[in-house]
Amino acid sequence: MDTLNQKRIDLIFSNYTTSRYQVLERSLQRPPEDIINELMDAGLKGRGNVGFPTGMKWKFAKREESAEKYVICNANESETGTFKDREILERVPRKVLSGMAICGYCTGAKKGIIYLRYEYAYLKEQLQNELNIFHEHIKKFNLDFAIEIFLGGGSYVSGEESALIESMEGKRAEPRNKPPYPVISGLYGLPTVVNNVETFATAQVICAIGAEEFLKLGTVYSPGSKLFSISGDTIKPGIHELELGTTIEEVVNEFGDKNTKSVQVGGASGFCIPHRLFAETVIGYEGLTTGGSMIFFNNTRSMYKVLHEYLRFFAEESCGLCTPCRIGTQQLLLGIEAIKRGDRPAGYMDVLKKLALNMKTSAKCGLGQSVANPFISILENFKEEILY
Amino acid sequence: MEKTLINLTINNIPVSVQKGSTILDAAHKINMHIPTLCYHPDLKVAGNCRVCVVEVAGTKELITACSTAVTEGMIVTTNSYKVRTARKTIVELLLSEHNADCTKCYRNGNCELQWLASEYRIGDHVYHDLVKEEEKQPDSTSLCIIKDDSKCVRCQRCVRTCSDLQDVGTFSVINKGKKQKVSTFYGKPLKDVFCIDCGQCTSRCPTAALTEKPLYEEVWDALADTGKHVVIATTPAVRVAIGEELGFEYNKHSDSKIIAALRLLGFDSVVDSGYFHDIYIVELCTEFMLKMKQDNENAAKTILPYITSCSPGWVEFVSTKCPEIKPLLSQCKSPRLIFGSLIKTYYADKKALNPKDIITVSVTPCTAAKNESTQSMTGIADVDFSITTRELVRMIRQSGIDIQRLDAEDYEPLMCEHSGASVLTEVSGGTTEAVIRTLSELVTGNELDPKMLKIMPLRSEHGIKETVLTFSEVRTGWEFLKDQEIRFAAVNGSRHAMDFFKQLKENQKHYHFAEVMICQGGCIGGGGQPIPVSAELIKARASILYSLDEICGQQKAHENARLNAIYREFLTKTELKENQKILYY
Amino acid sequence: MSENKSLIQEFVRVHGCGRNNLLPLLQEIVHQENFLSEEAVQAVADTLQIPASEVYGTATFYNYLDTEARGKYVIRLCRNISCMMQSQAEIVSAISLFLKIKVGETTSDKKFSLLQANCLGWCHKAPAMMINNEVYTELTPQKAVQIIKEYKEK
Repeated sequence: MDTLNQKRIDLIFSNYTTSRYQVLERSLQRPPEDIINELMDAGLKGRGNVGFPTGMKWKFAKREESAEKYVICNANESETGTFKDREILERVPRKVLSGMAICGYCTGAKKGIIYLRYEYAYLKEQLQNELNIFHEHIKKFNLDFAIEIFLGGGSYVSGEESALIESMEGKRAEPRNKPPYPVISGLYGLPTVVNNVETFATAQVICAIGAEEFLKLGTVYSPGSKLFSISGDTIKPGIHELELGTTIEEVVNEFGDKNTKSVQVGGASGFCIPHRLFAETVIGYEGLTTGGSMIFFNNTRSMYKVLHEYLRFFAEESCGLCTPCRIGTQQLLLGIEAIKRGDRPAGYMDVLKKLALNMKTSAKCGLGQSVANPFISILENFKEEILY
Repeated sequence: MEKTLINLTINNIPVSVQKGSTILDAAHKINMHIPTLCYHPDLKVAGNCRVCVVEVAGTKELITACSTAVTEGMIVTTNSYKVRTARKTIVELLLSEHNADCTKCYRNGNCELQWLASEYRIGDHVYHDLVKEEEKQPDSTSLCIIKDDSKCVRCQRCVRTCSDLQDVGTFSVINKGKKQKVSTFYGKPLKDVFCIDCGQCTSRCPTAALTEKPLYEEVWDALADTGKHVVIATTPAVRVAIGEELGFEYNKHSDSKIIAALRLLGFDSVVDSGYFHDIYIVELCTEFMLKMKQDNENAAKTILPYITSCSPGWVEFVSTKCPEIKPLLSQCKSPRLIFGSLIKTYYADKKALNPKDIITVSVTPCTAAKNESTQSMTGIADVDFSITTRELVRMIRQSGIDIQRLDAEDYEPLMCEHSGASVLTEVSGGTTEAVIRTLSELVTGNELDPKMLKIMPLRSEHGIKETVLTFSEVRTGWEFLKDQEIRFAAVNGSRHAMDFFKQLKENQKHYHFAEVMICQGGCIGGGGQPIPVSAELIKARASILYSLDEICGQQKAHENARLNAIYREFLTKTELKENQKILYY
Repeated sequence: MSENKSLIQEFVRVHGCGRNNLLPLLQEIVHQENFLSEEAVQAVADTLQIPASEVYGTATFYNYLDTEARGKYVIRLCRNISCMMQSQAEIVSAISLFLKIKVGETTSDKKFSLLQANCLGWCHKAPAMMINNEVYTELTPQKAVQIIKEYKEK
């Protein structure tokens, strides 16, 4: 494989300065099935933390017979260490709006909403100006599609698509029982496509360059490239677009500070990859979560403090609805503290491990289900640091 | 109506259910038990507690049986290792968030968390105790309901009951994560928020997080006080339901055995509540007739519809939500207060007792009744203690009484008779039927047409029931009613009470008489009735009351011979003003 | 107090009474009054015909819909891992010392409140903080205190 330096990818942020929504205009000349098939051929998967095939999602929504449908851009980016969506919205918003409009065109939705997290409220004015320009173009293209901005109230769990919809309906952002999924019954019970900011931008890119070109990058299971938010003990913090399928080792070689102990991939709800597994772990959908956050920890860092911080985060941000998550997150946090203090024996860690696994199988949404990811990966790879 | 059948297997047992059914429905059909906690047959599905998780082939994670619709060919396993470990973990987690002082707890022996824990024999504190010290102090500021956050399992049944079923909205879930809990507006104590004390939450709470405020210890104290003469009255709704918790089915001997049980408990006198319900019906009827006469004489003023006020939760509802209709409410005291008031006056007089030495205990299905206190003209409380069916059960259990084995006994002879109409007052629509029976005879002067003894529209399951009456023959002085439509409404549940009020705002003159009971199904569904509760159980209780009415020798309130005695001897002899205070506010 | 009533009336006149307007309406009130008072929440409940407890329960779910009184400028310091690794704790101490308040408290002149927040999305320029809607990154204890001094003079 070529070294990283030779494969600098730049699909998301390039070719923008003269954007007059040409890609959108072109796409509107194609039959919707054509576009959906292209996205499926390109193997585009959601760029949030879930990774559901985008083409399939749009297909399901298209199939539903309903006079009203919605397209929602999930800009609730709240996963620890993730900031790519903010940058996309700042630098290339028209790609996102195009992606949304193409989705509306394909599925029959006439209304789009950008669910913007409250912490990004400073972007609202800029985005509104972009929307004014967007609507002018839309009128010229004769597409019945309008986008508005909805400001979130501030909560991590609002990033879960059904919780997001609840929030938009003026309720607590608590995940719904599924099925039915939002594509069947979403906002106000109507078919709704919820996709991440980067997903819409990448959909636009695929419409621009074609599936074949996109497939030249990545692996069979993880085609293409994506943005990574890199922070922590790194010499190059920031947003970097990398080819999927790259090994962590290659990433660490370029971005690490020569002292990298572990990398947390996918934020607090992701996996912690220790040094010994760098070479054999690839970034992609083959088992890791790919919100795209990568936090580097060097040898001066305490993995106990890292795990402790993640558990504190979950215990606070859990919506509190379901038993395993509401209580389980608290118990995991108190548990590792007690073992550290010596109030509980090292064997108690097995109890906590079983708890985390049971949370994975029985929690109501991805938040509770993902706590086991960092817990078990940090525990198994840094046992001494957690216990003593 | 979707008639498609879906075929699936649960633990390898095939079952077919209608499309749209949940896995839980399918399991019920084949008597396969899946434990639940946040699920309740009267309420919308939540899917929060995760106790009912099951394994479905092809799905990675476990799913909740209560909220997942069946699909063709679904393969469900309810007892795999994965399911059992998840369920056990969930119960252990719930216990870590619970103040498990079972031996002191009001719901010991009838607590759903206790039952779940005992299934897995969980007792050791596996996890850290999460109950905060301040939560162990329950909110006892309300006269009727106690809220104990340390026992809450966050099933949100109370929130769903109060908001969806009763449309009151006292409770809400607040905060998130580890701070999430069930609370009120700005966490204020119950006495400072809008709550109608209907207690529907207490009869649906799976634990002791919400209970009525028990007063039975005070009743025990009164019974032990040799200087006090304690008089008790239980209502029919109490007697037909009490067997649900004491383990017997109500039959024709139950009433008299319950009288015996009450005497064994130590009560000096057991009176027939039906006697007071009959007085209430007669007074209600005459007050209504007077109102109709006034309305006829002065059409400009709106004094109709005439609305009942015997449901204390309804009175609380009106006071906050729609005080403008307060002038329309009946001024007659509720049957409970009539009982208390007559015991302290008429009964005291007849028995040569000092009213100050009499304690009146009213057993009803009602939690709000604890808040219903008035004072008769002597400045003494009418009813000293209002206790619920559940509290009486506790007293009977504490005494080790087996009701089935007792010999039949009779009521206090002074107040021992009742009509079938009095029994009906505790079913929604029943007070209206009772009033119609007396009204018809008083207005027409003729004997009631037997067909009028069963007014089916008032026995339906609707929230607002209606019927219309017309009199072709009327007595002198009531000519204005001849051939006129008199429209009656019977409302149950506070959600329908709100709808009714909205109807009134649009067209106040539509109804002449309205009966409003704030509890689901009327008093038989009261907040103080045995737990568990369901629409089916309420229907069964109603059935018994209807049949008790049918077999009763006299079905009209005014036929009660003892009433004539009290009216002749006492109620019409005292000064009108005093009479007013005994029976009216 | 009638100020928030007229704000609510105006909002409803433009956007309608639907439940879906609850979050935007609450945000408007917070923007004007820094937090959601009991009177404001009751007024919203009465206008939108939602039980007051439910409006309160919805508001308390969200990190930026404070139901506790806050100062004119709410300082929120990101406390997540990337900011933690860049000595966020020192910045909290410095601000705390300067304003003489602890995390969660408000200055006696009601000008500043000090809170901690979860990931603000500026991990590559940690540590980061928000003061109301403005974002400040690459902080040092001195820089943070200087920014607050400027707010003090406003």
